[in-house]
Amino acid sequence: MSEKMAKVWVVLQQREGQIARMSWEAIAAAQKLAGELGDGAGAKPEAVLLGAGIGDLAAEVAKRDLAAVHVADAEPLRTYTPGAYVAALTPAIREAKPDFVVFPHSYQSVDYVPRLAQAVGAGLLPEVTGFSAGADGLVWKRPILGGKMQAQVKVKGAGTVLVSVQSGAFQADTATLGSSPAPVQPLAADLSGVKPDREVLGVEQVGGEKIDLTKADIIVAVGRGVGGADKMGVIEELAKALGAEIGASRPVIDNGWLPRDRQIGSSGQTVAPKLYLAAGISGAIQHLVGMKGSTTIVAINKDPGAPIFTVADYGIVGDLHEVVPALTAAIKEAKG
Amino acid sequence: MRIAVCIKQVPDTEARLRVSRDGRWLDEEDLPFVINESDEYALEEGLALAEKTGGEVVLVSLGPERVREALRKGLAVGAARAVHLKDPAFLGGDALATGRALAAAIRRESFDLVLTGSQSDDVGYAGTGSVVAGELGWPHVWLVMGVALDESGKSARVTREMESGMNEIVRVQLPAVLEIQAGINHPRYASLKGIMAAKKKEIAEAAPADLGLEPGQVGAAGSRLEIVSVALPDSGAGAQMLEGDPQKQAATLVQKLRTEARVL
Repeated sequence: MSEKMAKVWVVLQQREGQIARMSWEAIAAAQKLAGELGDGAGAKPEAVLLGAGIGDLAAEVAKRDLAAVHVADAEPLRTYTPGAYVAALTPAIREAKPDFVVFPHSYQSVDYVPRLAQAVGAGLLPEVTGFSAGADGLVWKRPILGGKMQAQVKVKGAGTVLVSVQSGAFQADTATLGSSPAPVQPLAADLSGVKPDREVLGVEQVGGEKIDLTKADIIVAVGRGVGGADKMGVIEELAKALGAEIGASRPVIDNGWLPRDRQIGSSGQTVAPKLYLAAGISGAIQHLVGMKGSTTIVAINKDPGAPIFTVADYGIVGDLHEVVPALTAAIKEAKG
Repeated sequence: MRIAVCIKQVPDTEARLRVSRDGRWLDEEDLPFVINESDEYALEEGLALAEKTGGEVVLVSLGPERVREALRKGLAVGAARAVHLKDPAFLGGDALATGRALAAAIRRESFDLVLTGSQSDDVGYAGTGSVVAGELGWPHVWLVMGVALDESGKSARVTREMESGMNEIVRVQLPAVLEIQAGINHPRYASLKGIMAAKKKEIAEAAPADLGLEPGQVGAAGSRLEIVSVALPDSGAGAQMLEGDPQKQAATLVQKLRTEARVL
């Protein structure tokens, strides 16, 4: 007698003919979860892809080690709206009753997944960074309090749970390939009543002149701790001494201390320079996902409990207005 | 235009955070609390829209006794009155349980718009407003960076933040729930007159039965999630912390960047 195999689904994100990178991470998470819950490596998740004219994308997804790829291909799903996505997924999830449905924790999924949970009557477990099997079931990890603490969370009660996985928590390249393509089939749901609940008028680029921080070898990034637009001089001098570009965390941008095209993080640019020097940045998760791939990270912050130190290689606890000028002087001296 | 603004009181994350004795949440003794950051922006957006259209803002908040302080602050900057979901049965809810309770309170009145912040700074589920919308059967938009009412007053043009520095512009029919992103506006400060006036404004308290809900549908009992422990985050290898005065720290860093990390 084998025990009941847990069913894991993973809903992928695509836009204009491209599978979002975070979708591969979600597949990696779903494969790990299916393996944990099921019969070891034999258990495979099933993927769901929504859109219009997405046959090629489905074939690309089917190369991964999946039990099936369910495709909801309908004109009202061409452009994302929460109304259409929720209407397409709700009957399918209710019918198939997967134990878990995994999503990438993207701005798109946060827009519709809570509403989907409400419509399905499922549980909602947002932004997990990992899970482990405990004596009495799975224990999930997720950041709380802006990343200053981490919570261990359990799910109680019966029924489907919708889980979103934080960007970077699972490695896209660990999503394993299948020995043969997974069967691609239409999502078992009546899509005739699917319609958008908002009119999409267009997309705009935020900010004018676009500075490409992804090309920089060295970035000096500044946070709320700098204290004001008029206090940016020490940062500019350090950047000049290092030959670095200047980046910033969101509060600096929101306060108008630097233009929006300098923003690093989930709503700005994702960078991975050789050297990332963060001054006065506490390290909210939205910032960390945009820079934690940097080769060497230096953090300067007056709060020894700031989460930025958890991703840093070198940390200095102190007032940036004292430490940064000293650092500029030391670099100038070292460079002769 | 009648606007409900949902606000949450959260620990001040700039304060020193200590884990509670049972390890399941924070030690709240001496812990300062503030209005959740994005909720302050939602309130400002609500007040500005109410002024433009000749309407009023009603605050809705769920939490223990201390939440009155946050509601008083909201009343001091211009909200007309407040509803406080105060019963202990409401506490410890996940996004679905809390959204269900807030929606039940909102449903008792007639609103054209509900505004919330986009994410709480404590548990950060980022879904409560969308659940409210689902319960009410209204459209919603999450992570809103701009709101412009159409002339008809029956719809709004809403700017939604996407990843990678892009915004999407959408039109939604009202009533709707808009979940406001921090940075959309400049929240006002309370005037002395506003603070005095707030003392006379109504804060109505509600228990589950007042909202037609069973205690088991809300709070911890109505939730699928249970926080079993909180702790400092995993720190990987952890940073090498450099000691000494700023000159010493700077000199050590430059030396390590040259010889260890080899990036200079």
